[in-house]
Amino acid sequence: MPRKRAAARESAIKPEVLLDLHRRMVRIRIFEEEAGRLVESAKIPGALHLYVGQEAVASGVMVHLSNNDQITSTHRGHGHLVAKGGDFKLMFAELFGRVTGYCKGKGGSMHISDMDLGMLGANGIVAGGLPIAVGAAFSNKYRGTDFVTCAFFGDGASNEGAFHEAANMAALYSVPCIFVCENNGYGEFTPQARHQAISDVADRAAGYGMPGVVVDGMDVLAVFEAAGEAIARARRGEGPTLLECKTYRYYDHVGVRGLGVKYRTDDEVIAWRERDPIEAFERQLAEIGVLSAEQAQAAHEEILAEVYEAIEFAEASDFPDESTLLEDVYSPMTAEAR
Amino acid sequence: MTTTTAPAEAPATRTLSYVAAVTEAIRQAMESDPTVFLAGEDVAEHGSVFGLTRGLLDEFGPQRVYDTPISESAIVGLGVGAAATGCRPIIDIMFMDFIAEAGDEILNQMAKMRYMFGGKVSLPVTLMTSYGAGRSMAAQHSQSLEAWLCHIPGLKVVMPSTPYDVKGLMTAAIRDNNPVAVLLNKVAFGMTGEVPEESYTIPIGKGTVVRVGRDFTIVGLGRMVQESLAAATLLAEEGLDVEVVDPRTLQPFDTATVVESVQKTHRAIVVHEAVRFGGIGGEFAAQIQEEAFDYLDAPVGRVGAPFSPVPFSPALEGKYVPNAERIAAAVRQILGKQV
Repeated sequence: MPRKRAAARESAIKPEVLLDLHRRMVRIRIFEEEAGRLVESAKIPGALHLYVGQEAVASGVMVHLSNNDQITSTHRGHGHLVAKGGDFKLMFAELFGRVTGYCKGKGGSMHISDMDLGMLGANGIVAGGLPIAVGAAFSNKYRGTDFVTCAFFGDGASNEGAFHEAANMAALYSVPCIFVCENNGYGEFTPQARHQAISDVADRAAGYGMPGVVVDGMDVLAVFEAAGEAIARARRGEGPTLLECKTYRYYDHVGVRGLGVKYRTDDEVIAWRERDPIEAFERQLAEIGVLSAEQAQAAHEEILAEVYEAIEFAEASDFPDESTLLEDVYSPMTAEAR
Repeated sequence: MTTTTAPAEAPATRTLSYVAAVTEAIRQAMESDPTVFLAGEDVAEHGSVFGLTRGLLDEFGPQRVYDTPISESAIVGLGVGAAATGCRPIIDIMFMDFIAEAGDEILNQMAKMRYMFGGKVSLPVTLMTSYGAGRSMAAQHSQSLEAWLCHIPGLKVVMPSTPYDVKGLMTAAIRDNNPVAVLLNKVAFGMTGEVPEESYTIPIGKGTVVRVGRDFTIVGLGRMVQESLAAATLLAEEGLDVEVVDPRTLQPFDTATVVESVQKTHRAIVVHEAVRFGGIGGEFAAQIQEEAFDYLDAPVGRVGAPFSPVPFSPALEGKYVPNAERIAAAVRQILGKQV
């Protein structure tokens, strides 16, 4: 499969786009690191599946999308929501289970969503979002729009029957759905070589009748370029693409252990960290004079301040009242008579 | 444009089959609302294996009526994603037995997205499916699995028993902004009845008394309504005046209508085709004894299928599905237990 390289790409992309890509990645990184600290100290209840290390994928894709374009996400969904413009206050409040959260405290980390941003939810079911994404893409086409849907999923999810069904249906109906595989080498605690017989998930694309592309998921410009092509194809009505981004999660499947995890070596983690997408991009941006080291640092600090403010907001927010427990099981609405 | 079950003046009606009433409900919904589309296996070119969607492809074209691959998970997911983004899909699952293939999309996605998202999304999906035994279709094409669906908060479940009810409930289901499962008894497909030409709805969550009586309440579900009415005729010959209640909706269940009946008759059974053990009749019987205990002169009984998969041989299947004789026998048995 051809691998995309970000050769002299950055010079062809506008500075504001480069800065946007950088900012989205840093926002994800800082949000996730702070969320990780909070779940470790049990201030956030339940479990978190952190996106740290994979920032280039969400950012490189989301930059091409408007609020009219939808995404479906995974259990590792904070990165997707942040990259799509998620509000830190509403996100932290939801993680803290407060009524001011995105989902009024009803969903938590694995079901966090923002319909206004077109973020159709993180999903607690591996591959659960894929048929839904095909439905949203179908809807975009049905309603005569050029909106697209990006369906995020992992290497593990590519073994679920739902992936197979969704991919076939998307290609058959030629819907504007981009299947973005975040291949981080693990399906939960099992390495890829022990859960599927292939290395490139994109090899499966031809089997469904859609193009398959492999990119370096630690290179935000490579993702940006490949995602841009796939999204443009979809907008032109040329149907779905499977975009496989080779990436890595620094932390465990769940929780905040990075090193000392039994099913992978510390050397492996360290090697991937040396290809950190944010550090690499900051070096590139400094080299071409778009963002100095000082400016990058200032951006980090600004975002950290925003995160702290959001955490304060969340901690000061009320829990949902017991009276809300039965709310929103059903919609009270019916269609207007036409 | 719509009326309820008791119109002030009789609307123009004619005799329609149960199947044709379904088709008409879908047609009228698609005519009036461009966001309604239909998708399922063989629903377009073939008009559904039961003829439920005959003629709709010709009338509305391939942009509104879709044949899908055999991919129940993707079919239901198509409905979920489209419903979340401005459409009002009608999704057909050919046989209710196949909902297992779409298990996650029904159970974990369609039923729960609204709640998990704090009410920020509505999913106006209509999930129509055929259920029921009696056609020698054997174990994997004959089940009644309404108890599964009723058990999942976020889903609504209707089980229309007549052509009139199926058009009204199908129309209501399509207009409802919630996921509604419309369960269609395949043995009832040839049943005919008077159906208004105009579009109308039957309120979801409201049952009806189909035979007024004094001495005993039979709560019948789906095709068991007709069997219960036949049982009532048998029992009338023995001097018993039986009231038959058709809840029409299983979730939300019209407890009040059933309780009102039991307060009058003091004795009740619930009848469904589904396996008796763990059937939804258990829930309804529990509700009756909780809400109307002081009015009961006997235990609340349940009639359902034996605890086995649906057998193939007609000799066995004929003994499997409840019928008027078994229902009448159950009534007599309860009468024998009264205090």
